[in-house]
Amino acid sequence: MLLRHTIDSVSYGFRDLKDLLAKATPARAGDELAGVAAGSAVERVAAQMALADLPLRVFLNEAVIPYEADEVTRLIVDSHDAAAFAPIAGFTVGGFRDFLLSEEATGDVLTGLAAGVTPEMAAAVSKLMRVQDLVAVARKIRVVTRFRTTVGLAGRLSTRLQPNHPTDDPMGIAAAMIDGLLLGSGDAVIGINPAGDSVARTGELLRLIDGVRERYSIPTQSCVLAHVTTQIAALEMGAPVDLVFQSIAGTELANASFGVGIGMLEEAYSAALSLRRGTVGENVMYFETGQGSALSANAHHGVDQQTCEARAYGVARRFAPMLVNTVVGFIGPEYLYDGKQILRAGLEDHFCGKLLGLPMGCDVCYTNHAEADQDDMDALLTLLGAAGVNYIMGVPGADDVMLQYQSTSFHDALYLREVLGLRAAPEFEEWLRSDAPRRLTLPVVSQLAGEGL
Amino acid sequence: MELTRGGSGLHLRRYTPARVDLACAGRSLATGEVLDFQLAHARARDAVHALLDAELFAQSLREELPGSPEVLVLRTLAADRAVYLQRPDLGRRLHPESAALLHGDGCDVAVVIADGLSAVAVERSVVPLLQSLLPRLEGWVIGPVAVVSQGRVAVGDEVGALLRARLSLVLIGERPGLSSPASLGAYITWGPGADRTDADRNCVSNICADGLSAEMGAEKIFWYLENARLRGMSGVGLKDGTRVLL
Repeated sequence: MLLRHTIDSVSYGFRDLKDLLAKATPARAGDELAGVAAGSAVERVAAQMALADLPLRVFLNEAVIPYEADEVTRLIVDSHDAAAFAPIAGFTVGGFRDFLLSEEATGDVLTGLAAGVTPEMAAAVSKLMRVQDLVAVARKIRVVTRFRTTVGLAGRLSTRLQPNHPTDDPMGIAAAMIDGLLLGSGDAVIGINPAGDSVARTGELLRLIDGVRERYSIPTQSCVLAHVTTQIAALEMGAPVDLVFQSIAGTELANASFGVGIGMLEEAYSAALSLRRGTVGENVMYFETGQGSALSANAHHGVDQQTCEARAYGVARRFAPMLVNTVVGFIGPEYLYDGKQILRAGLEDHFCGKLLGLPMGCDVCYTNHAEADQDDMDALLTLLGAAGVNYIMGVPGADDVMLQYQSTSFHDALYLREVLGLRAAPEFEEWLRSDAPRRLTLPVVSQLAGEGL
Repeated sequence: MELTRGGSGLHLRRYTPARVDLACAGRSLATGEVLDFQLAHARARDAVHALLDAELFAQSLREELPGSPEVLVLRTLAADRAVYLQRPDLGRRLHPESAALLHGDGCDVAVVIADGLSAVAVERSVVPLLQSLLPRLEGWVIGPVAVVSQGRVAVGDEVGALLRARLSLVLIGERPGLSSPASLGAYITWGPGADRTDADRNCVSNICADGLSAEMGAEKIFWYLENARLRGMSGVGLKDGTRVLL
């Protein structure tokens, strides 16, 4: 299918849907690196104009990666809900943007559409949206999930407490956990990125968090972000697994580079469900994603990085996850060069995830070789708060001493709650008001840390 | 105005290098904490953008390394830092003028030094590391030492192939973290060439003042070099071999 758009009597041609989507994407380093970006600013706008005129129905007939070649495409096509799509079936991509911004598109209406919107449609419309559009539409959509806390309610902002330590030292992790809990962090999850990916270590860290949680009756859930197979092995050996985590991407090949496939995730999902550890709900999966991961694994099939990212959400939504977050600036400047690119990518990911029905959070972050700093993070953090993000990260002083990158701090979350009038998840808020946090003492935690071993 | 030190009074700093127990102003961080962070970030940024004075560094290698080896100054297709950061592919390929300097007389190991993401790490750690490593390589034919500006790990494949080296050893500045702005990494690759991938390499990481000492780093690197040469391989397979040998 050749698509064309003419500007100033120059005719710009686009080979197919994936070429059009790539060239319509706002400028970013990864698409330049992959050689799929528009060659000029005007060609980019020509692509956006051609995309705006494209009927949404085209997306149901043309896959960016062939159905036969990729299980993610098969999942997207096979799970598409024609009835949910019916109300928007007559729109072009540009018309869809206008509709999303209209008063007619209330939160309930948008929630009803989710199963009819494909990841590629979400990516396409986001390419025509400015930052304020991404905020305004995402803000209307609430995706609420439950395990021991209720995350995603209107007027609430949750945090993942991330008490990482360079050598997984239990006392070091316990110290960062206490610091975070005392600053109101941890209502989305207490989640550790382990330095080593072993079954024994994963079990120890899970028992550490679980011991503290039970001792102080903290309404939250725990997670150790090892490989999914490691977590399931720990679960089978009796470890207290609440949420099962996995990094995922938007192509079968990229997922294979992570050592996962949809079938493996399905097994993990049923294993986690079978434990029935949730008290207020049964959302048991936790996924992380990020633009550029498919290209970095040389598994992008010529599809732009933002469309690949949206396809990862197509995988995530099959598993009714408790939490999904893009780790937006972690991947580095080859994919998102500076604060401007990171900011837009974070808001695109949040918008696309919410439109597709996911409980989106964001790891607002950057590395030291990116052209970004704390001011850029403050801007993205505040915009995501306005957009109704479900949760952000809580890292001591924003400095992750294990993963060596900068995320958001416990204090950043307090700032955001204060300036936007947001509150913690209701169950956790009640705990914070009780006298339990004042009883958090290091001797008891250190005893628990010892028992964790 | 009241500043509070942490919330806990539990002296959490004793247990972790993480930024716990931070002083606050209202709900935000106190001035001193903000400036401490900015300093750490500034150090890391300066490390990323610091330029390696390759000629001067090459001269110091000739003077300070045992046996006064031949040292070549090379560059990649990445013309500057901005290009380097955005185009990893260009930092992996030699500029034609540099490639023309390399001739294949054959050697056991080609030593390739690249600025990577921290020229500071290269300036601080390479000389002491090689002073410790080179004497261990008795009987090895060591090729000319290559100093590569705007280089990534895989540039060692091209250098090694042109020198017809059996092994390449790439010493490169690692991505700076807030707590470690000047850390050096070492990559060992058997049969360096265009078809090598990261899975074919072994890595010794975190060589710096607060991490692995030059002596320890040299010992680990020597183990990999010797075993790669013995077994004719490097990468994932060699790591498995370590366990068997232990």
